[in-house]
Amino acid sequence: MSETLHIDWTRCDGRGLCTELLPTLLDRDDWGYPLAKRATNGDRSNVAVRPAHSEAAREAVYLCPKMALSLANQVAGFGQ
Amino acid sequence: MTPVTAEMPKVVDRQGPSGTHRLFAAGNDAGLAEHVQTFGALPLHGVDARLIDVVEASGLTGRGGAAFASWRKIAATVDARSGAPLERKPVVIANGAEGEPLSFKDKALLAHAPHLVIDGLLTAARAVSGGQLFIYATDAGLPAVERALAQRHDSRSIRLVAAPETFISGEASAVVNGIANGPALPTDHRRRLSESGFKGRPTLVLNVETLAHMALIARYGSAWFRTEGSDRDPGTRLVSVSGPAGDRLLEVAGDAGLGDVLSSADIDTSSIQAVLVGGYHGRWVRPMGYRLSPTGPASHTVRPGAGVVHALPDSVCGLETTAQIVGYLANESAKQCGPCMYGLPAMARVLNSLAYGGRDPQLVRELGRLSRMVTGRGACHHPDGAAQLVGSALEAFSAEVAAHLAGTCTKRMGRRS
Amino acid sequence: MDNALWAFGRVSGIISLVLFTGTVLVGVLARSGRPLLVVPRFSVTLIHRNIALLATAFLVLHVGSLMLDSYAKLNVTDVVVPFLGPFRPFWQGLGTVAFDLVLAVVVTSLLRHRIGPRTFRAVHWFTYAMWPIALAHAIGNGTNGTSRWFLLLAAGSAAVVVGALAWRVSANFLETAKTRQGGLL
Ligand code: SF4
Ligand code: SF4
Repeated sequence: MSETLHIDWTRCDGRGLCTELLPTLLDRDDWGYPLAKRATNGDRSNVAVRPAHSEAAREAVYLCPKMALSLANQVAGFGQ
Repeated sequence: MTPVTAEMPKVVDRQGPSGTHRLFAAGNDAGLAEHVQTFGALPLHGVDARLIDVVEASGLTGRGGAAFASWRKIAATVDARSGAPLERKPVVIANGAEGEPLSFKDKALLAHAPHLVIDGLLTAARAVSGGQLFIYATDAGLPAVERALAQRHDSRSIRLVAAPETFISGEASAVVNGIANGPALPTDHRRRLSESGFKGRPTLVLNVETLAHMALIARYGSAWFRTEGSDRDPGTRLVSVSGPAGDRLLEVAGDAGLGDVLSSADIDTSSIQAVLVGGYHGRWVRPMGYRLSPTGPASHTVRPGAGVVHALPDSVCGLETTAQIVGYLANESAKQCGPCMYGLPAMARVLNSLAYGGRDPQLVRELGRLSRMVTGRGACHHPDGAAQLVGSALEAFSAEVAAHLAGTCTKRMGRRS
Repeated sequence: MDNALWAFGRVSGIISLVLFTGTVLVGVLARSGRPLLVVPRFSVTLIHRNIALLATAFLVLHVGSLMLDSYAKLNVTDVVVPFLGPFRPFWQGLGTVAFDLVLAVVVTSLLRHRIGPRTFRAVHWFTYAMWPIALAHAIGNGTNGTSRWFLLLAAGSAAVVVGALAWRVSANFLETAKTRQGGLL
């Protein structure tokens, strides 16, 4: 099962640590916030993480100063 | 595709209202007596989780905007129950916080048919074995509901909560947050509300109109519900029509033609240049052969959202109108999420420039870039809605865009030169 | 033996103070979201954490050696409850206060994924109280506290920390400040 990196936008302050650790997955937007290079069904809050980047993603989760990141095995999305 | 056989045991021994005049069939300011006389008593004791199958067969979708299949929401709430003896019962919330400025159907429904909404809430609560029940609405909607609750004895478990008059207060997680903690701001969606919503309990949030339909489906069954509308959009829906002729509330069949809706509201389609369907998160279309349906090809159908149809007269510049709306949306951002908090004002600035005299063709490209940038990047769909509105405006008003860039807009209202 | 403990206690205190000064400076830099020349942002954060832990280790050595020392004779109460010690109770009490604050900040930092960002942030603000209190303790209580070289070191540290704070509250502090300022309507 592939993992997804969830970005909690209500916490993220765009400090850019995650974009440095996961340059293949994330860009920075105009204001510094992480910008998923690839969207899954238009959703760019849950970023697919391939096993090769799993370690870096874990580090990003740990180091994010705002604790805005989490790794999950599936996407929750907007099911309400 | 959908099974149409599932029915609850019929308890109400009468026909449902025929035609599209359903939700207001008991008349204006309907009290409990008129309500029961028109619709019959609510067969609440016969309602249980089997209602999910009936609602599935009816094809009812959410009338609050997202048009999510209602039965799925209910089923997800039931599934989230652990079955443990001390488990906490699900919470069911009737959402009447109509933040959309162009929408007034929920306020009207709460004012004139509050008993139908209460019936629907009690029905949904039975289906999920709910505990706490809430009706969440802005101040305008509360007094009628309060009066209605005082007339009945089966609704003591329902609490009324006032919703703030903000655009975003009706978003499902904002509703739960508002009732549980105070600020009606969306929360991160890592867990579904059906799993963990109000104080961590399974929570079902349904629009008040959705609940009113459900109250009728519980009485008359899914086949009756489907006697109006089409297979892909069964039943009826309330539509708030606004435009040069003023505001009109209609109840129309699902899959209704946009032109028919406009003429039912006495709007002369020949004087209309474009229609905004679905509200401020919606889509501009030219009044051609579009039909109002949550599903269907974008070339022929337009999603009704919360049932908003706004007609733009020939004399008004669509780009100016859209720029004002996007400015409003930028202001109404809950300013929690970076891309929304900074992206929407940036979009508003660029669109303003385009609407009020900017002639740089880069403006259009920049709008596209910003729209793509904000989409899918917020705790709620506010940025997505704004981006969709802007995208549809650039398409529907492409001739006007060209005219603006050439400095020849003929419809400028003269607010700015 | 006693002399060695006493000397070690003093030196470890000074090292700890210098390291905490570094922690505050790197912390402010991390908060700005900027990399340090070629050092990437996540490394800046790791440096901030590692210096802080090192500083804490020296602080523990500082306190520990003075507890064992027969001259200072700190007891457990002195370490936790301020202003009760027999020798210069006020200045030593400041050290106790700073020590307690450091413990609170370090513990909440290590547990930040458990306790959530609110508590973590609220407690982390205490750093800005801890640092000047620790400095005052060093000047008022330390054997070298009023010697010329130490005062120079203290003045220099204070100058850079005040400078960092001034930058911290300035409008262009965030790396993304420029684009964001244009951002809100
Ligand atoms: S590290 Fe955290 S705060 Fe920084 S940009 Fe990434 S998610 Fe946002
Ligand atoms: S996306 Fe915008 S409106 Fe929605 S929660 Fe975030 S800041 Fe608020």
